[in-house]
Amino acid sequence: MTSTQDTPVARRLQHVKHIIIVLSGKGGVGKSSVSTQLALSLRASSPLARVGILDVDLTGPSIPRMLGLDGHPVHQSSDGWVPVYADGSEARLSCMSVGFLLKKKEDSVVWRGPKKNAMIRQFLGDVRWGTLDYLVIDTPPGTSDEHLSLLEHMAPVHSKLSAVIVTTPQAVALLDAMKCLSFTRAVSLPVLGLIENMSGYVCPCCGEISNVFSTGGGEEMARREGLHFLGSLPVDTELVTLLDAAEPKEQESLSPSDASKDSFALMQRYQRTSTAPLFGKIVAEIFRSLLGEREQ
Amino acid sequence: MLAVQQATSIPDPLSVPSNAPEHCPGTESDLAGKADACAGCANQEICASGQTKGPDPALPFVRDRMSTVKHKILVLSGKGGVGKSTFTAQLGWAFAADEDSQTGIMDVDICGPSIPTILGIANEQIHSSSSGWSPVYVQDNLGVMSVGFMLPSARDAVMWRGPKKNGLISQFLKDVDWGTLDYLLVDTPPGTSDEHLSIVTYLRESGIDGAVLITTPQEVALQDVRREINFCRKVGIKVLGLVENMSGFVCPNCKGESQIFKPSTGGGRQLAKEMGVEFLGAVPLDPRIGKSADYGVSFLDEYPDSPATTAYLDIIDKIKAQL
Repeated sequence: MTSTQDTPVARRLQHVKHIIIVLSGKGGVGKSSVSTQLALSLRASSPLARVGILDVDLTGPSIPRMLGLDGHPVHQSSDGWVPVYADGSEARLSCMSVGFLLKKKEDSVVWRGPKKNAMIRQFLGDVRWGTLDYLVIDTPPGTSDEHLSLLEHMAPVHSKLSAVIVTTPQAVALLDAMKCLSFTRAVSLPVLGLIENMSGYVCPCCGEISNVFSTGGGEEMARREGLHFLGSLPVDTELVTLLDAAEPKEQESLSPSDASKDSFALMQRYQRTSTAPLFGKIVAEIFRSLLGEREQ
Repeated sequence: MLAVQQATSIPDPLSVPSNAPEHCPGTESDLAGKADACAGCANQEICASGQTKGPDPALPFVRDRMSTVKHKILVLSGKGGVGKSTFTAQLGWAFAADEDSQTGIMDVDICGPSIPTILGIANEQIHSSSSGWSPVYVQDNLGVMSVGFMLPSARDAVMWRGPKKNGLISQFLKDVDWGTLDYLLVDTPPGTSDEHLSIVTYLRESGIDGAVLITTPQEVALQDVRREINFCRKVGIKVLGLVENMSGFVCPNCKGESQIFKPSTGGGRQLAKEMGVEFLGAVPLDPRIGKSADYGVSFLDEYPDSPATTAYLDIIDKIKAQL
């Protein structure tokens, strides 16, 4: 047992309390936006909470854009790669993504499995995560190389792992979410619960709620499968815009201390969106699930 | 010898690989036969000898099978959930509306096959005959192949690494009795990875007519499309054009139009100009599109009066004109 405990990954992650993997079978249901919100909300949950966010979507990294960190380089230190801090000098929200390693943002990463596997191993084993309360891992769609590699490399710290499944209410997405749930069962990954995203859209002119991608499917699936339903999030254009254009325009020329103010601004702007309080409830549910798991 | 092939049994995607150890580095890898996982594999010696690094032995069979397919079109997008499968299905239906043409749809999204549901044939199965696997037919002239037909239940997950996905894709191309086709549409998973590389490698000799790229208006999706266009250029696939999906939403109550996914950096049109590809058109978001996909009916036939239908047909005409 002790020998399996002593992999570089296990050593790096030994001071991480909880590792939450955000999964969804289908693409574009909001994994990255949920991961970002989860990281922001967890960071806000306590003044000392330290949160990391790791983007293992290697061929389509979105996290840097969403956190407004596009174009930041990753630094090497004697103790491994230094993650990019979204909140600057406060250093309570660290982030790592393949997006930081690309020279140009439109460069494509065309990799087959073995290279992806190696990259993920480096993300887990070579990044100086330090002490974290939560490490949120954003994954690509599907149940393939990235997911298997993640689980494999983190096998020594399996007791810290848990997953959140994101879906949208349509049948097509639920079908894939179901596959994803089968995956978690096959690899015995505990599921904290299910989030239904893009559930309804409020028309900005008349306030009428349209179910763009239908509604209620997630809750129904959670009940059927005995999953904890964490909550549903409507389509929030304000949030879409915030995460899409999070890049502060003047940041490039500013010194790191000013940049920290900017990133903090992202947090403040996030907390003003109508989704933030809804997500707060989801995070409360996640805490309950995490607690429940400890007891079991 | 090439023409006569044994009927291939349909693989069970859930079974443990019969011929590859779990961490097989892939037969073309430099590590083939030398990795830790190779110890004990029956094919270790063959891999280690370097013979496997030559061209894939499936290539001549693929070329043979594809010789009767006139046009091959890939539907790509960097990001997931932007409407690749929905668009592929609509394109298939639209091509098949011409009774004299034959269309095939191949779903290479191995981990999340949506095509069977969208086409309303989710419970069908593949039959195998001496001439190969028969595709599932939606109508006389629209055949479909997807891993979704091979799973015992829709909830089963296919947890495969690259080499196995690669193997299935080659089988889709060489073992499926596509017959004579005017169009073969390939629906892909998001990203630029194994599936994409495989399909491009296998179809290189027979020639790919081009790729249709799908995006949504927000920058997060566009940045992935930029990567996808670069991928196409790297591997030498012509980009037929860019479609902007979910572009604007018309409230069914007040008819007011709003942008759910704001084009904060100019949307697809701007991107197309920037990257020098053709902009095929923008399809507005209509909740009935998603619903049609869930029920497996053709949106174009069900709601001919929707503005989205007009947009779709316009785009399809432009694609046809390019072929």
